[in-house]
Amino acid sequence: MQLTLFLIFAVLAVAGAINLLIQRHPIYSALSLVAVMFALAVEYLILGAEFIAFIQVIVYAGAIMVLFVFVIMVLNAGEVAPAPKSRVAAWIGLPVLALFAILVIGQVYGAFGATQLGLGEYLVQTGPVGNSLFHDFLLPFEVTSVLFLVGVLGAVVLAARQDKAPKPAIAQAEAEEPKAMAAGQR
Amino acid sequence: MSTVAFFVLSLVKCLIVLFILLTAVAYIQLAERKIVGRMQSRVGPTRVGPFGLLQPAADAVKFILKEDVTPDGAHKFLYILAPILAVVLALLSITVIPIGGTVTVFGIQTALQLTDINVGLLLILGVTSLGVYGVVLAGWSSNSKYSLLGALRGGSQMISYELALGLALIGPIMLAGTLSLRGIVEAQAHLHWFIVPEIVAFFIYLTAAFAETNRIPFDLPEAEGELGAGYHTEYSAMKFAMFFLAEYVNMITVSCVATLVFLGGWMGPLFGPTWLHMVLPTVYFIVKVCFFLFLYIWVRGTLPRFRYDQLMAFGWKVLVPLALANVMVTSLVVALR
Repeated sequence: MQLTLFLIFAVLAVAGAINLLIQRHPIYSALSLVAVMFALAVEYLILGAEFIAFIQVIVYAGAIMVLFVFVIMVLNAGEVAPAPKSRVAAWIGLPVLALFAILVIGQVYGAFGATQLGLGEYLVQTGPVGNSLFHDFLLPFEVTSVLFLVGVLGAVVLAARQDKAPKPAIAQAEAEEPKAMAAGQR
Repeated sequence: MSTVAFFVLSLVKCLIVLFILLTAVAYIQLAERKIVGRMQSRVGPTRVGPFGLLQPAADAVKFILKEDVTPDGAHKFLYILAPILAVVLALLSITVIPIGGTVTVFGIQTALQLTDINVGLLLILGVTSLGVYGVVLAGWSSNSKYSLLGALRGGSQMISYELALGLALIGPIMLAGTLSLRGIVEAQAHLHWFIVPEIVAFFIYLTAAFAETNRIPFDLPEAEGELGAGYHTEYSAMKFAMFFLAEYVNMITVSCVATLVFLGGWMGPLFGPTWLHMVLPTVYFIVKVCFFLFLYIWVRGTLPRFRYDQLMAFGWKVLVPLALANVMVTSLVVALR
């Protein structure tokens, strides 16, 4: 039962990832990525990591991908012409892909001898997850969050620098328009 | 319990919940028209059936019989997907909501809940965060500027207030020490309702919940004065009805969560014979949920709409810092206890 579900969602995840690559319109690509994230969340759930599963949905599907879809909508990005076929990609990419596939298959076969738990025999409660995050791995966790903070600050600095540059007259008028509209609404 | 019995029981429970939910939606909508009517010195619908009680049925027939229009230049697949997504996600979160303790019906003992998972509250937050897609995709795929503007407003509003919503729930979660909705209610036994220690979180949750469900005073995504009907301007007939349904189901879900997390769920004084002990908890639960639903309608009849920049500033500069401060204070108290 669990294995069947696991395989169904594994196929869904891979199909979503392939669909992401072959879709012409960016919004369909973004939505296939959402489907991939969702399928992965279900896989986590079947593997017994319920907290991670729902965090996956909340963070990736609910926050990050929404922003992607948002940007695509605001930019009103249309269909993208397929990239010209590159010979380098074919010569280097395909062998690397084959090598990667062999590595993955080897890993999977290597894992067969080890002691294994069946699907559905293992469940991680939320408490232990929090304990390992904020107790055992506190330093890496905090360092990672500082890393994110640096990223955010960098984005703010870049945006502020662009703002200081002298604006052409039209851009300035556009910037003032919302204010005027807001004043009108009052 | 055998697998077949389990599936049959689950199916029966699902159908019952669905029936109750859809009926509730129909009559909340009627109650809203009636109550808002009274607040504005009107009488509301009275013609269909006694006291207008069959109005929802008439509305449903109208929704089904109306012409279903798909605008030119719409992205057809997403245009059809968006309302389906909205309804499915709205219905999904009701699965983890317990409406009472365990009861024994015809000799089968069952919990008054479709499924009790350890991270029930997270499921609701996850589904809420996915709810943005219904709004955003509907607005974008309609290929209309009103829809797009409504979707942009709705999307950014829902993302912003989701943060405050989640942070407000962290306080009660810490006090209860569990993410299971049933566990949270059981932690509030003997009238130790979390609204008392978490009064700040309660009001943050309430405000954010109004914004999440796009209701007045936060209904900017469908501000009819400026945007037609916002993200569902181009939708008609059943597709519009699906957005309508999703909005009201979301209202019910949000009210249920408020009841479970802050008002002790089905907890209340028990008295009388044994059968009353089984019925009373569910009655308490329904009364508390109805209070929140009435609050929705009351606020709709009372408050004006926010301005968009005020809405964003209020969310990010007031609610989120307040919710963070609440989390810090609560964790301090829990740590020192």
